[in-house]
Amino acid sequence: MNLLLILPILLPMVMAMISVLTGLDRARSGMLAVFGALLHLCASGFLLATVVDHQVLVLWMGNWPAPAGICLVADYLSAAMVLITSVIYLAVMVYSGKEITPHQRRSGYYPLMQFLTAAICGAFLTGDLFNLYVWFELILMASFGIMIMENPGSRLTSAVKYVTMNLLSTVFLIMAIGLIYGLTGTLNMADLHEKVAQVDNTALVTGAALLLMMAFAIKSALFPLFFWLPATYHTLPVPVAAFFAGMLTKVGVYALIRLFTLVFVTDVAVTHTLLMVMAVLTMVSGVAAAASQMDIRRILSFHIISQVGYMVLGLAVFTPLALAGTLVYLIHHIIVKANLFLVSGLIQRATGSFDLKQTGGLYQTHGLLSLGFFIPAFSLAGFPPLSGFWAKLLIIYACLEAGHYFLGATAAVVGLMTVFSMIKIWTEAFWKKKALPVDSPVEPLVDIPFQLMGPVLCLCLLTVLIGVFMEPVLKFALVAGEQLMSPHQYVLAVKGGG
Amino acid sequence: MQSIILKTATRLMVGLMLVFAVYLLLRGHHEPGGGFVAALVSGTAFALFAITEGPAQLRRAIRVRPSVIAMTGLAVAAAAGFPALFAGMPYLTGIWWKIGEISLGTPLIFDVGVFLAVLGAIVSLLLALEEN
Repeated sequence: MNLLLILPILLPMVMAMISVLTGLDRARSGMLAVFGALLHLCASGFLLATVVDHQVLVLWMGNWPAPAGICLVADYLSAAMVLITSVIYLAVMVYSGKEITPHQRRSGYYPLMQFLTAAICGAFLTGDLFNLYVWFELILMASFGIMIMENPGSRLTSAVKYVTMNLLSTVFLIMAIGLIYGLTGTLNMADLHEKVAQVDNTALVTGAALLLMMAFAIKSALFPLFFWLPATYHTLPVPVAAFFAGMLTKVGVYALIRLFTLVFVTDVAVTHTLLMVMAVLTMVSGVAAAASQMDIRRILSFHIISQVGYMVLGLAVFTPLALAGTLVYLIHHIIVKANLFLVSGLIQRATGSFDLKQTGGLYQTHGLLSLGFFIPAFSLAGFPPLSGFWAKLLIIYACLEAGHYFLGATAAVVGLMTVFSMIKIWTEAFWKKKALPVDSPVEPLVDIPFQLMGPVLCLCLLTVLIGVFMEPVLKFALVAGEQLMSPHQYVLAVKGGG
Repeated sequence: MQSIILKTATRLMVGLMLVFAVYLLLRGHHEPGGGFVAALVSGTAFALFAITEGPAQLRRAIRVRPSVIAMTGLAVAAAAGFPALFAGMPYLTGIWWKIGEISLGTPLIFDVGVFLAVLGAIVSLLLALEEN
C-alpha cells in the first residue's frame, strides 16, 4: 500500500530511462510517453483513493528512523495535487505527439518532461524541507533544459531571466533552511510543527519564515516578484507552455500552503498579513497588466499571476473554508489554464498567429475550437456553473465570513476584469471577421487533428463536470481544509510512523 | 592544446585518477567516499583528457553516448531500491549480504548507479562545452 507513494515519482523516471536507453523513433516515443502518463494517472488515482480511506499516508524512504530519514507524506492536499498533475501530464503528452518537432524530440523533450513531472510530484509528496528544496532544484533544471532545447539563441534571454530569478529564490530557500535547522535541529516538517513553537527566539523564526516566503513568492510569481513569468512563457512551444503554466507556479503555491499551515503558524499576524497584502497586489497588478496585452499567450501569462493571487488570498485568510477554496481554486485553475494554453496553440494553427490583431473569424470556421475556448475562458472569468465560479465564490465567501470585506470586494472586481480580457480574446479571435494582411497568402484552414482537439475537449469536459458536481469536490476540499488548519493528524501520522 | 608536458602528465594522471575514483566508490557508504565524489574525480580525469586530446578523442575513448551512461546509472540506482520491496520493507531500504569477510549490499549498487549518472551528466556537459 505504501508503495503507492513512491509510484508517482518513480514511474515518470523509469519512463525517461526507457525512452533514452531504447532510443525509440518519433511515433513510438510519443506512444510510450502517453502510456507512461496513463500509468501515472492510474497510480495517482489509486493514491487519492487510498488517502481518502486512510486520511494520511507516510512512507519512510530506506527505512531510516524518524528525524534523520526522509519521508513521503500524502494527505488530501498532496494527493489531489498529484492527481491533477497527472491529468495535465496526460493531456500534454497526447497533445505533444502532433506538436513536438523531431528536433525537439532529439533534444530530449520527452525525458525532460518526464523528469519534470517526477520532480513536481516529489515536491508535492515530500515531508522534509530539505528534500523539498532538492525537488525544486530538479524542477528548475528540467524546465531550463526544456526551455533551451531548440534554437537556444532566441529563447536564451528569457531562459536566463527565469533561471536567475529562480536561483535567487534558491539562495533564499537554502539560507532559510540553514536558519531553521540551526534553530530547531530538524527539517522534517511534522517535527518542525512542534519544534518551531518551542523556539525562544521568535524574531529569528519569523525572519526565516519571511525568507521562505520570499523564496516561494518568486517561484509562484507573486507581486512584486513575478516579472520572470510573462517574459518566459510566451516564447515556449505550446505543450510546454501549457504544462508550465498549469504546474510550475502552483508548486510554489503548494509549498506556501504547506509551510504556512503546518510549520509557521506561530506568528500569523505578521506572516499571513504580509501574504494577504501580496495576494491583493498580485491579483490587481496581474489583471491590469493583462488588459494592455494583445498577444494571446501574454494575456494568459498575466492572468496566471492574478489567479495565483486568489489562491494565496485563500491561504492568507486562513480559515478552513478559505483553504478549501484555495484547493478548489488550484484544481480549477490548473485544468483551465493548461487548457487555455493548448487552445492558444490551436488558434495559432487555425489563423497563423498568436497576435489578436491578425486573428479572427474562428467562430465561423472552427466551431469545436470555439467551444474549446469558450468553456475554459469563461470558467477562468468565473461564469456559473463552471468550475471557476465556485472557486471564486468560495474565496470571496471566505473573505467576507472572516470579515475582510475589502478583500472580498477586490476579488470580485478582479474577476470582472478577467471577464474583460477573456471577452477581448473572444471578440478578436472568434467573432471579428478575419483581417487578412494584403501581402501574405491566405492560410489554408486545415482541420485540426483529433490528437490536438481531444485533450482540449477532455479538459473542457472536466471543467464542466467539476462545476456541475461541485458538492463532492467541495466536501473533499473542506476535509482538506480542516486537515490543513489542524495538522495534528498529519503530525501524528509522521511521528507515530517513525 | 599542444603541450608535451601536459600530454605526458595526462597519460599518467588519467589512469591514477580513475583508479582513485574506483577506490572512493568502493569505500563509500561506511566511510567517506561514495558514488557522487567518485564520479567527480573521474569526471576531472575525463576533462583533463578532453583538454589535451580533444573532445573527438574522448568520444572515441568512452564509446557509449554520455546520456546513455547517465540513464543507465539512474536505472541501476532505481533498481537498487526494489530488493527491499521483496523483503517487505520500504523502497530503498539497504539489504546486505555477507560473502566471506566482505559485506555487499544494495547501497553499493545504488552508489554505482549514482556514479554512472553523475559521470554521464558531467561528460555530456563537458562535451557540449568543448565542442562548441
